[in-house]
Amino acid sequence: MPYTDFALDRQHEMLRSMYREFAETEVKPLAAEIDETERFPMETVEKMAKLGMMGIYFPKEYGGAGADVLAYVMAIEELSKVCGTTGVVLSGHTSLCCAPIFENGTEEQKKKYLPRLCSGEWIGAFGLTEPNAGTDASGQQTTAVLDGDHYVLNGSKIFITNAGVANVFVVFAMTDPSQGNHGISAFIVERTFPGFSVGKPEKKMGIRGSSTCELIFEDCIVPKENLLGRENKGFKLAMCTLDGGRIGIAAQALGIGEGALDETIAYTKERVQFHRRLSQFQNTQFQIADMAAHLQAAQYLVYAAACKKGQHLPYSADAAMAKLVAAETASDVTRRCVQLFGGYGYTREYPVERMMRDAKITEIYEGTSEVMRMVIASSLKVN
Amino acid sequence: MKIIVCVKQVPDTSGKVAVNPDGTLNRASMQTITNPDDLNAVEAALALKDTTGCQVVVVSMGPPPAEGMLREVLARGADEAYLVSAREFGGSDTFATSQIIAAAIHRIGVGEGDIVLCGRQAIDGDTAQVGPQIAEKLHIPQVSYVADIQMDGSTVTCKRILEDGYMTVRTQTPCLLTCIKELNTPRYMSVPGIVGCYDKPLTVLNYEALKDEPLIEVDTIGLAGSPTNILTSFTPPQKGAGMMLEGDGKETCEKLAGLLADKHII
Repeated sequence: MPYTDFALDRQHEMLRSMYREFAETEVKPLAAEIDETERFPMETVEKMAKLGMMGIYFPKEYGGAGADVLAYVMAIEELSKVCGTTGVVLSGHTSLCCAPIFENGTEEQKKKYLPRLCSGEWIGAFGLTEPNAGTDASGQQTTAVLDGDHYVLNGSKIFITNAGVANVFVVFAMTDPSQGNHGISAFIVERTFPGFSVGKPEKKMGIRGSSTCELIFEDCIVPKENLLGRENKGFKLAMCTLDGGRIGIAAQALGIGEGALDETIAYTKERVQFHRRLSQFQNTQFQIADMAAHLQAAQYLVYAAACKKGQHLPYSADAAMAKLVAAETASDVTRRCVQLFGGYGYTREYPVERMMRDAKITEIYEGTSEVMRMVIASSLKVN
Repeated sequence: MKIIVCVKQVPDTSGKVAVNPDGTLNRASMQTITNPDDLNAVEAALALKDTTGCQVVVVSMGPPPAEGMLREVLARGADEAYLVSAREFGGSDTFATSQIIAAAIHRIGVGEGDIVLCGRQAIDGDTAQVGPQIAEKLHIPQVSYVADIQMDGSTVTCKRILEDGYMTVRTQTPCLLTCIKELNTPRYMSVPGIVGCYDKPLTVLNYEALKDEPLIEVDTIGLAGSPTNILTSFTPPQKGAGMMLEGDGKETCEKLAGLLADKHII
């Protein structure tokens, strides 16, 4: 839908209502426990799959729900209001695995992988980052050598979201190391391919229920037909995929901030100090007003970027602006919310400390805030 | 086989209830939801659809905005919807409402193998009268307070919940069942369901469409056809939490007597 009149149509309102009811009933009750125990919420994924949430904006012919990108980011927003982990599980699966296969795959690849991914039978992940290739993704050391009808991959990837549970990975490797960026190719790697393994999960500060692991390729055999896009064109494919992924992470950040503000508004209406509710103090009112205004600004940026992607308009800078603003707002809002809760906010009795920990990663993954500024400045030809 | 489900848009009881000068509800000023018991009826129909592939038709009487609620029921998986809506139907009490809905169901058609499902009662009136009255006016058997439904051909076996137990009632289709929340847990709308809900048929049955039905007469519908007069409506005060006394008979009796004495009741 064109997001120009700042009002959602009836179907998007229905989607929001459904996502919210689902998040409140099924996701919120697990959020503290999966954070505490660092447990992947597989039961939630199974429930989301039944509701068509694992392939929201892909066409029905590939098993998707046939909704649009805005409908998808609203799902991440509503999930993240109560659980940042669940938000990134969906974002990583959809934006970083389903989307590059849908946008770059051959008809055979789309028919083979998308129905299983969109139905939730399979979970997807994306492998670009390496120990020596973070923001400088061109420094890929994983290699792929063509050997007859298959490629042989060697190397490793780190910090891979959904890695411990995913069945399919979109992975990048050097097919022509002499060409730098122009020598990287993308591959669809199945968990069961020979020579592929998943390392130990990372111990993280936030989004602790999400599975973040290393991927190891030891003479991993990848059939030639699993090359995604053209050989040596993988870097651009990765950057375009991350443009889309950033809208998902921006929506996650937005949701985390909104969720923290919701909790804080409710708390300040109950908590009494100096014979007055906290909400009656002007400091509280001003803090909450600032947070609400910044979150709404972030929401407009996120929705606008989603609508541009949905309408196939250029959206790279829009996605970067949305992620930059939403992520920094989420970190700022959650920190302020903990402050308004006072000592209770610092305890795990209330969810805002978890939200503050969850918010931080949105300034880092799928491009740091500094990278977002680079993308925006570049779009303005400031270089 | 088809299942016709009656649903009602009701004021959200967590909000404030507003009343017009004539005693009818001022719906425009209130947030609305689908009546909770009706969602159990919808779920029962959809569960039967899952196992038998039957058609699920949903019917509601209400003002035009009730279409939004019907679309939500279509998004849960119902196949077709009818909105019974006309100025002539406004102000109807349970007698007139059941008259009109029965006429609408008659118009849609209810025959061998079909079931009409209603919620037990609507949270705005709590009468539990409309479902049974529809059954009477359609001359079909009814089972109220249903907590389990088993189908075997045209035989329907229901668990009917009573205050102090339950009955097992067997009847034949076509029949009408009123559903209680213990029957099931309503499913969510799904994303593809929401995407497709505006492509499913929704027909508005107005006065013109129903006026030739035998049940529809000027003096059987609307305010004129309603023997009920609403003097006032209000939200009843919440009951206080109960207290369980633990211990043997003598001990609990002594505790109880002490508590009653404290309150100067004895």
